[in-house]
Amino acid sequence: MADSHSHGLRASRIALYAVLLFLALLFLMPVYVMVVNSLKPLDEIRSGNLMALPMDWTIEPWLTAWSSAQIGVQPTGLRPYFINSFLIVVPAVAISTLIGALNGYILTQFKFRGANALFAAMMFTVFIPFQIVLIPMAKTLGVMGLAGTVTGLIFVNVVYGLGFTTLFFRNYYAAFPGELVRSARMDGAGFFGVLWRILLPSSAPIIIVTVIWQFTNIWNEFLFGASFSDYKSFPLTVALNNLVNSSTGVKEYNVHFAGAFLAAVPTLVVYLVSGKYFVRGLMAGSVKG
Amino acid sequence: MRTGLLPKLLISPSVLLVLVCVYGYIMFTFYLSFTSSTMMPMYDFAGAASYRRLFGLENWDVSLNNLLVFASLYIALAIVLGLGFAILIDQQVRAEGLFRSIFLYPMALSFIVTGTAWKWLLDPGVGLERTLHSLGWENFAFGWIKDNDMAIYCVVIAAVWQTTGFVMALFLAGLRGVDAEQVNAARIDGAKTWQIYLRIIIPQLGPVFVSAFVILAHMAIKSYDLVIALTNGGPGRSTWLPSVFMYQYTFTRNEMSVGAASAVLMLAGISIVVLPYLYSEYRKVKHG
Repeated sequence: MADSHSHGLRASRIALYAVLLFLALLFLMPVYVMVVNSLKPLDEIRSGNLMALPMDWTIEPWLTAWSSAQIGVQPTGLRPYFINSFLIVVPAVAISTLIGALNGYILTQFKFRGANALFAAMMFTVFIPFQIVLIPMAKTLGVMGLAGTVTGLIFVNVVYGLGFTTLFFRNYYAAFPGELVRSARMDGAGFFGVLWRILLPSSAPIIIVTVIWQFTNIWNEFLFGASFSDYKSFPLTVALNNLVNSSTGVKEYNVHFAGAFLAAVPTLVVYLVSGKYFVRGLMAGSVKG
Repeated sequence: MRTGLLPKLLISPSVLLVLVCVYGYIMFTFYLSFTSSTMMPMYDFAGAASYRRLFGLENWDVSLNNLLVFASLYIALAIVLGLGFAILIDQQVRAEGLFRSIFLYPMALSFIVTGTAWKWLLDPGVGLERTLHSLGWENFAFGWIKDNDMAIYCVVIAAVWQTTGFVMALFLAGLRGVDAEQVNAARIDGAKTWQIYLRIIIPQLGPVFVSAFVILAHMAIKSYDLVIALTNGGPGRSTWLPSVFMYQYTFTRNEMSVGAASAVLMLAGISIVVLPYLYSEYRKVKHG
């Protein structure tokens, strides 16, 4: 009796692992396909099997995707747009994180009238469909002389990232022990003294969460890039889409896969190195309050 | 802490940006939807003409129907699979962290990357169909992405692949908060594992279902990148969503007021889903 019970238990464990393993392979498959086929010559993809390893290994598609593939009318490869994305992401992440920390500090440590309403108003910005701001923002960027520029995209990504960064820091500082702040105030620490000496030194986790979240979001951003940039300021996502969806000529699947993987590398690396914080960001961004 | 001038001064740029670039722009777009703007914004008042035009357009009809099909399947599948994955992983499996990472990594990718990978995977000429033919399964046919009636389901497949891990993570967090005593008591009473899940654990996950629903529904309404990369709205207009419609009418068809009207309706749709949720969360925070 006990024996058959443990038998059934073992069988169900094996089934459990089999299912999990199958699902894991299914989830890894698209990236496997991307990598494997980015290392094949084109005729090998056309003549056969997307799952097979390359017979004739080549890094040619990677070189083409990086430096000579046709993006729009220019044979520039993805390199300039890879650089654009970094030029957009680094300042946009830094600025929105800094402002978020400041807002979180002010919203939790200073009780002024309307603070809660203001926070609610900022939280809603996280959900709005950005289609609702596209037309006036295009006009604003035009008036400011920022249409089609990297600076313009930095501005846009900062503005619409503030909801998230403020949310992250506000919830983190709301749980911060009030006595620490009060005793620092008693010792005569001013506005920046408290922020600098008390809050920021213990903010490393939330700073990491926010930076990773903003980095991933802005790196992967497409709608603003497609609406507000021109061929000089395209972010990588827009350039990649141009590469893959341009209707002229032969479809170079291997180059497309290499390009897609190139675009995925920065966020994948961040995910692999600090997945824990990425998940915390996801959770903080979804289970609010 | 007493509120001096400095904190107010330092938060005012953010307040200004949010007031202008979010709420001001919403008002602006709302106003535009009542004008006769075509290529550039115009400020004449044309009443509800663009809404009447919008509702008469077959393109809008197609977009809305697609959204209905896409959103309901996407939300249902992501929740069912996410919960299933979470329960599988919750069985004290080895390498739990590894499985979690594998199911969740698509969330780190851009929808343009996901769209590109799935575009060729689902393409009958190079993808799964071709592969299975070359492995000897000659009759296998999977050409949904080229089929007007089926292409929208390809968008569902790719979107579910991208988001299931996220829903799984939500449910895993919820499972950790389930009352262990009740579970143990049921186990001692001889309840089977599936009975425990069905009768004790899942009913306690109500709030997670609500969060997951709200997040997925708002993501569905916003979905744009994935469709552009995967099908570019095609074949024909068979995978248009309101987001695609908005972009097309505003920027390429020079019917800005109609585009603005569609954006207003998207916002309205999201508000219906999100505002009650935000309101209840907000009250929870306020009342501790």
